Amino acid sequence: MPAVSKGDGMRGLAVFISDIRNCKSKEAEIKRINKELANIRSKFKGDKALDGYSKKKYVCKLLFIFLLGHDIDFGHMEAVNLLSSNRYTEKQIGYLFISVLVNSNSELIRLINNAIKNDLASRNPTFMGLALHCIANVGSREMAEAFAGEVPKILVAGDTMDSVKQSAALCLLRLYRTSPDLVPMGDWTSRVVHLLNDQHLGVVTAATSLITTLAQKNPEEFKTSVSLAVSRLSRIVTSASTDLQDYTYYFVPAPWLSVKLLRLLQCYPPPEDPAVRGRLTECLETILNKAQEPPKSKKVQHSNAKNAVLFEAISLIIHHDSEPNLLVRACNQLGQFLQHRETNLRYLALESMCTLASSEFSHEAVKTHIDTVINALKTERDVSVRQRAVDLLYAMCDRSNAQQIVAEMLSYLETADYSIREEIVLKVAILAEKYAVDYAWYVDTILNLIRIAGDYVSEEVWYRVIQIVINRDDVQGYAAKTVFEALQAPACHENLVKVGGYILGEFGNLIAGDPRSSPLVQFNLLHSKFHLCSVPTRALLLSTYIKFVNLFPEVKTTIQDVLRSDSQLKNADVELQQRAVEYLRLSTVASTDILATVLEEMPPFPERESSILAKLKKKKGPSTVTDLEDTKRERSVDVNGGPEPAPASTSAAVGPLPAFAFPNNPCISAGGFEFVCKNNGVLFENQLLQIGLKSEFRQNLGRMFIFYGNKTSTQFLNFTPTLICPDDLQSHILGPSPHRHITKPVDPTVDGGAQVQQVVNIECVSDFTEAPVLNIQFRYGGTFQNVSVQLPITLNKFFQPTEMSSQDFFQRWKQLSNPQQEVQNIFKAKHPMDTEITKAKIIGFGSALLEEVDPNPANFVGAGIIHTKTTQIGCLLRLEPNLQAQMYRLTLRTSKETVSQRLCELLSQQF
Amino acid sequence: MQFMLLFSRQGKLRLQKWYVPLSDKEKKKITRELVQTVLARKPKMCSFLEWRDLKIVYKRYASLYFCCAIEDQDNELITLEIIHRYVELLDKYFGSVCELDIIFNFEKAYFILDEFLLGGEVQETSKKNVLKAIEQADLLQEKTENMYHSKSFIGCKKAY
Repeated sequence: MPAVSKGDGMRGLAVFISDIRNCKSKEAEIKRINKELANIRSKFKGDKALDGYSKKKYVCKLLFIFLLGHDIDFGHMEAVNLLSSNRYTEKQIGYLFISVLVNSNSELIRLINNAIKNDLASRNPTFMGLALHCIANVGSREMAEAFAGEVPKILVAGDTMDSVKQSAALCLLRLYRTSPDLVPMGDWTSRVVHLLNDQHLGVVTAATSLITTLAQKNPEEFKTSVSLAVSRLSRIVTSASTDLQDYTYYFVPAPWLSVKLLRLLQCYPPPEDPAVRGRLTECLETILNKAQEPPKSKKVQHSNAKNAVLFEAISLIIHHDSEPNLLVRACNQLGQFLQHRETNLRYLALESMCTLASSEFSHEAVKTHIDTVINALKTERDVSVRQRAVDLLYAMCDRSNAQQIVAEMLSYLETADYSIREEIVLKVAILAEKYAVDYAWYVDTILNLIRIAGDYVSEEVWYRVIQIVINRDDVQGYAAKTVFEALQAPACHENLVKVGGYILGEFGNLIAGDPRSSPLVQFNLLHSKFHLCSVPTRALLLSTYIKFVNLFPEVKTTIQDVLRSDSQLKNADVELQQRAVEYLRLSTVASTDILATVLEEMPPFPERESSILAKLKKKKGPSTVTDLEDTKRERSVDVNGGPEPAPASTSAAVGPLPAFAFPNNPCISAGGFEFVCKNNGVLFENQLLQIGLKSEFRQNLGRMFIFYGNKTSTQFLNFTPTLICPDDLQSHILGPSPHRHITKPVDPTVDGGAQVQQVVNIECVSDFTEAPVLNIQFRYGGTFQNVSVQLPITLNKFFQPTEMSSQDFFQRWKQLSNPQQEVQNIFKAKHPMDTEITKAKIIGFGSALLEEVDPNPANFVGAGIIHTKTTQIGCLLRLEPNLQAQMYRLTLRTSKETVSQRLCELLSQQF
Repeated sequence: MQFMLLFSRQGKLRLQKWYVPLSDKEKKKITRELVQTVLARKPKMCSFLEWRDLKIVYKRYASLYFCCAIEDQDNELITLEIIHRYVELLDKYFGSVCELDIIFNFEKAYFILDEFLLGGEVQETSKKNVLKAIEQADLLQEKTENMYHSKSFIGCKKAY
């Protein structure tokens, strides 16, 4: 047992720990623990009040037992008691226990919060620190409810000690992470930003973490942090290694703070102010220059700290993606690391280069390292490094090097670790398809994949090869020949049998002229594999056989014999039996013509996004599969993909109709999609009534004039229009009360042929989907009339167009790259695809139409800001028409998922 | 940082610090899985690995493994140096720290960690400042301790 070096020793605790360590078996340990638990329990229950020291000791023992992995179901109360002790050590142990063993027992939480509150108010910095640590460690919602208001005050108060400020900043960060809704932005935010200027580097370090997290969610609010962060960073990187005293770590000035500042800057686009931007570029250049200087120490800590800053700087350069010079320098630096003797650096260089490969400025520079990366794939001893090499090869692949990269991946696959085989298979399949100039090469590659790693070839992969062969008639003959040859192998993978069966069933006729692959030979070859295959494959082969009956009348009887055999007709598997019975019957009763029709060659598959890509995305998360090509990809249209636009809520608004209503009384407008891109027009018309609209919108406010026209020569009586907001809408589109939307009441009598007018004021409080319904009731002649129409108030009405340059557009586009921020819809054109009309619609939709932004002039891009009362939401959109397929792909990126979703729905309806 | 684990070569957990809310069951599962994964790695391998959607950064010091789980955008190298700085802090406090110090004074190891990292972020990187905070606390402790001993020495004896 070591001598306890400092402070107190709780001897009883040390003895207990020793006992546990001396236990020879798990059972002995449990026995000793149970004994101790019984002892502690009796002490806690005992009549004698325990003094603080004993309580502390027992609580500490319980903690130790818990940390050993045993359950603890008592002692919480004693720990809470310790919190209010005036003795520091007792308080400290109490807080530790609470931090480790939080219990959402509400009674206890109240007591804990009380103790924390007292300590926060104590003005004793040590106690305040303990309390803040506890809040940060527990970080529960209850704590956030109790302290999210108090902690910011402590953080920005002028008289708070530095160490308390540090704890308060990170405590607040933790609360914001668990319950962002409970941490209100306020006056304190601007003062927090100014902590970046604080003299105490520890305070700056803690504050930078907080600001980074807050800025990710509220970029506008923390915009001013950019210039402060740049100047702080600049002072650090230009300082001599001794300037920062204890904040210098192995001759590297404030590495943690530098990394954090660089991270903060990655929440923003490059600074707009040229002076700030210039200063930042200087910093980044200095960091890159330092990497070339000889090391100031041989210690690995020195190089790690230095390179940590360097890698973070490179991340920022990649994030900005705007300075070709810096990007290429970054790439060269990483290139050096690719051959570094430190495995860690090689790993990180490979990882970082993956993102560099997706920048158009550095893609070529990354490609020059292809040989090093291929070598890494072959020689690295650590599988996680090889995995990075595979990722990088995938990212740097383009038309120029696809054949080489695919070949290398295939050859690596033969010896690859089992854990990464499936992923490599998917990657090879994707690259082979994407960069196939020659589809024979594609077919060869996939068959090789099946040969080398058949077990890892998922259904998606072999489905895809069949889709492609069926859609491209130039490769069908070659595919038939190749699968036929591949099937000759004595032991071939079942996936090959599937592909072979399907392809020969469709295109076996293309090679049947050769006596070596005559129909009978083909059939015998396939059937020789039949009995070794699983049920689904056998089912597939039965379909191939019936296709053969159509393709090759000469083998009909052979196949009928096979189908008729007991092992087929009486197969225990229902699916196989049914196929055998039906196919046999079909081949017997159907005429040649009918057979030819039923068993005709498969029609081409609709073009769609590769299901393999979808699978890889699912496997790896969307961010890792995007690459340069994705942004400029040839359009591929997914007929099945994309969420269907929600149908307009036509039914909801239909009012009760009298039995003798006018037969053509539609009683409801189509739901207002025709008003998405225009503000004026006729909203509704039947034989009695016409409703016209004129509306104007500015920022988050709007005004709508509604005109009711009586088309008859008779008076409408009791004419009462009412605006009905769905419950959840009232909070979104605000009037003082739902009825007071209508600011001017309407005269209850509308004379024949007359028109009356009404005004509705609208305020957009937050984003919304449903529109209010206008219900009109009146008496016409002897009958009661009821009309309901949806008012065409849609989210896009609160758009303000924003003009921006191509560079800015893509900059922002990239910043909105979280999967939740993007919504995409691929849909068939409902109207003629006319460029001018499309432009007019996008402008009518409310966004700016940005010319000469998209590299493809056929595409349309737009930008704007949705104004609501509380926030402004920047929106980017891109519409890619595909004239050939008569389809569109529409992509919306905004900072808010629901907004992206709604705008995409609305705009998709317009084309 | 999402969590930090210290465990021995035999796979015994010596310290666990969680910065995200997880159930005890999940914590145990994660610990088991990671201890196994890390112990299976060979000495010359790189210190980083992908694990679920996190990045694991680990380093071995004598008989102890220090293992941190960080998020995708976090910096691996600086995390490696977080580990090192923590080891330096322990070393300085205990005077050439060994696994036993951490076993017998586990509460101190937690206190030091809280001064250095809070909410998964670096709070104070200056070695001097962190140790100053801890030593101040120790001072307070000794003061109260002396007070206490003088008052009820006998009761204390019995408690042992």
